[in-house]
Amino acid sequence: MISKLLASIATSESLPKSPPSNDTWMPLDASTFAGHVDGLYDFLFWLSTLCALLIYGVMFYFIMKYRAPNRDDSAVGVEGSHHNTAMEITWSVVPLVFLVGIFVFGFKGYVDLRTSPRNALEIHAQGQKWKWLFTYPNGHVDSELHAPIDQDVRIIIQSVDVLHSLYIPAFRTKMDAVPGRYSDLWFHATKTGEFPVFCAEYCGTAHSDMITKAVVHEPGGYESWMDEIKAKLDNMNPVELGKLMYDQQGCKTCHSTDGSPLVGPSWKGLFGSKRSFADGSGAVADENYITNSINNPQGQIVSGFAPAMPTYQGKLNDKQINGIIEYIKTLK
Amino acid sequence: MSSASTLIPADLGVIPSKPEENYLKHDKGILSWVFTLDHKRIGLMYLVSVLGAFALGGFFALAVRTELFFPGPTIINHDQYNQAMTLHGAVMVFLVIIPGIPAALGNIIMPLQLGAKDVAFPRLNLMSYHLWVLGALFFISSLVISAADTGWTFYVPYSTTTPTAVIPAAFGAFILGFSSIFTGLNFITTVHKLRPPGMTWFRLPLFIWALYSTAVIQVLATPVIGITLLMLIVERVVGLGIFDPALGGDPVLFQHFFWFYSHPAVYIMIVPAFGVVSEIIAVFSRKEIFGYKFIALSSVAIALLGFLVWGHHMFTSGQSVLAGTIFSAITFLIAIPTAIKILNWVTTMYKGRIHLDTPMLYAIAFLWVFTIGGLTGVFLSTMSVDVHLHDTYFVVAHFHYVMMGGAITAFMGGLHYWWPKFIGRMYNEKLAKVATVLVFVGLNVTFFPQFLLGTRGMPRRYYNYLPEFQGLHQLSTIGAFVLGLGFLMTAFYLIQSAKSGKKAPANPWGGTTLEWQCASPPPYYNFHDTPEVNRGPYEGYAHLKFDKETQGYVPTE
Repeated sequence: MISKLLASIATSESLPKSPPSNDTWMPLDASTFAGHVDGLYDFLFWLSTLCALLIYGVMFYFIMKYRAPNRDDSAVGVEGSHHNTAMEITWSVVPLVFLVGIFVFGFKGYVDLRTSPRNALEIHAQGQKWKWLFTYPNGHVDSELHAPIDQDVRIIIQSVDVLHSLYIPAFRTKMDAVPGRYSDLWFHATKTGEFPVFCAEYCGTAHSDMITKAVVHEPGGYESWMDEIKAKLDNMNPVELGKLMYDQQGCKTCHSTDGSPLVGPSWKGLFGSKRSFADGSGAVADENYITNSINNPQGQIVSGFAPAMPTYQGKLNDKQINGIIEYIKTLK
Repeated sequence: MSSASTLIPADLGVIPSKPEENYLKHDKGILSWVFTLDHKRIGLMYLVSVLGAFALGGFFALAVRTELFFPGPTIINHDQYNQAMTLHGAVMVFLVIIPGIPAALGNIIMPLQLGAKDVAFPRLNLMSYHLWVLGALFFISSLVISAADTGWTFYVPYSTTTPTAVIPAAFGAFILGFSSIFTGLNFITTVHKLRPPGMTWFRLPLFIWALYSTAVIQVLATPVIGITLLMLIVERVVGLGIFDPALGGDPVLFQHFFWFYSHPAVYIMIVPAFGVVSEIIAVFSRKEIFGYKFIALSSVAIALLGFLVWGHHMFTSGQSVLAGTIFSAITFLIAIPTAIKILNWVTTMYKGRIHLDTPMLYAIAFLWVFTIGGLTGVFLSTMSVDVHLHDTYFVVAHFHYVMMGGAITAFMGGLHYWWPKFIGRMYNEKLAKVATVLVFVGLNVTFFPQFLLGTRGMPRRYYNYLPEFQGLHQLSTIGAFVLGLGFLMTAFYLIQSAKSGKKAPANPWGGTTLEWQCASPPPYYNFHDTPEVNRGPYEGYAHLKFDKETQGYVPTE
């Protein structure tokens, strides 16, 4: 059971793949917004294509028809009227009518997109360098977004460090994660499957690796996924729990387990080693040191590394911190 | 406009000047350039510097595109990519496109088109250039220390927390802002005070109208970015707490400040391009421009409306729905003056006598790409569609079609159009045509696939990407190299022309604006006696005929 869960987490490391789409331009439409956005997009596309072809057609016709035969040609164009107010007004007003219509449709869609329905399933999303963490109603934290089909889901978005933006192309929606305030988006999934989730607001080194997936479950699947996770978490031994936290809480983005230094020091051989800090002091890495480093990471900066880690105070409980300590002990 | 009947052919010939050396040879020695007060020399120094910066920005662009040929690491690592992407954007925006047409081309041409001896404040003009150099040095110092990796947008709190050298880059942009403000002040005053007798506002060449509209934006909007960047620097140094939420600030406030300048700055970049294209299309169609007043006043309309649309960059930032709606509505309005321009240009060609020399090829390329750039802007102003497309490659493609396809294409057109005037020599027309085609093809192959990447969900500023996007990225990279080849060729034949090109006539294209009534290259004082103007800027093509001996246009007898 547990190894199966760990395996499923291991596969989440491999990049998600968009399911095949029947549209050249847009990814598969998997939410109720997709119909609106794709319809408006298609209208704009064909209208623009028509406008562009008309302009190009007339332009190239004139170029060919009125082209001077050679450089020496001294003839001039036929000087007719140089302005025609009726024409100017026509080609101002006709586009304006279209633009007003497009604006109104875009506005209606946008209001819909920004107004979360009541009684939606609420999932918290937290952006941090360089990981999304989703907190489910039962308190479970996961790096993947799981949602049921045919149900309104509201994502409440926060950031712990810099700007991020939660972007799910298949749902045609995105919203910035702004530190210091809440933002939200909502969707109503219409297709089951796995869809890529990106960070769309530049956030530094590993911005382009801040990718995860949204899993839309068939009816009942979301609840059983939740139960399964819960059961597994309850029965885990500390080392397995620690490994799970390592994968899920974003530790692995900055700490390797094979000795290579990433943004932060590697966990390999960490336990019991002598640490020297940027301020010149030092300590032996024991249980207290690791707990302090998780809860107050800015307190002791290992020399040679930037003070980049956010605090996990209140985000990990004692059992989970204990798990991480036990997991680190196994990395010799 | 006065009727053409009062016009006599001799009015269109070279205005006689006292014998003196042209501006290139008038004084000798490096200091006669570094401390010159002559607008033509300052413009030429700007031109060379801007082209140098363009090469640097292009180098970073190719580094970025090469890296993206494969997903995952290839030639540079994550951080180097982010630095290259930032420097590409910052160099191209602040060092190339903003000063490109006004400060380089406009500096030389504006006083000539006004029959003036110089701009209103020659010393301020020199100071603008010196500030440009200083700003560029700050950019380079950031590059040498530890290049900023914030993107050219400097969004907080990333920019206040990243360990890279943000302060030199931001201070560089601050200084470049003053350079831009001084140029704007100078141009506004020049248009108001130095017009020759008889040149009423509606006898101004459209290039002057465009530069004037641009100058108004430069003067009014640029101080805001100056203050914003200064606050960013203070925040980084002493933890001021205006933007960083950790200090009680608001990062969305920074976005408002930033785009309050940077959206009008888009028009600082593109409105001068409208001016260049208006000149070229009239001259090479050998026909008076259609809808002069509409083209002139639409520049002003765009300049003014451009101040009220900054929030369309922020539909997904958490800005209120009401604010977003107002910004979206005003953004749609900008499409109207833009459409007016395109349709008037095309109509000008009707029953014209169209010469397809290199400047005209660039103007046609401009119409092609700018139409796409403009129409895709409508997609992005549509709020619900923008939510999907925002911060994806669709936006990257859109603004490259406008900035690279619009502003740079027009800049190249203007460069080829006025090159004989600047240097007094012609370039190799055949090579120039081949290069123009390469640039046009490269441009479309580079940026069109990016629309498709964007709609399919590829976010921008990504070092790595999902394997499904690889094909389109590779196409885009191939296009970028074709584009690079086109510009390399351009550099080659322009250098060749400067060294050993054929001597240029005063009026190689048959233009009727005043710069063509001045020798090529112009004498030191341009015009000894201020010319009197009794006609509109595009009247009198019928009085000019091609002279085979000089390969230029001369008045009919």
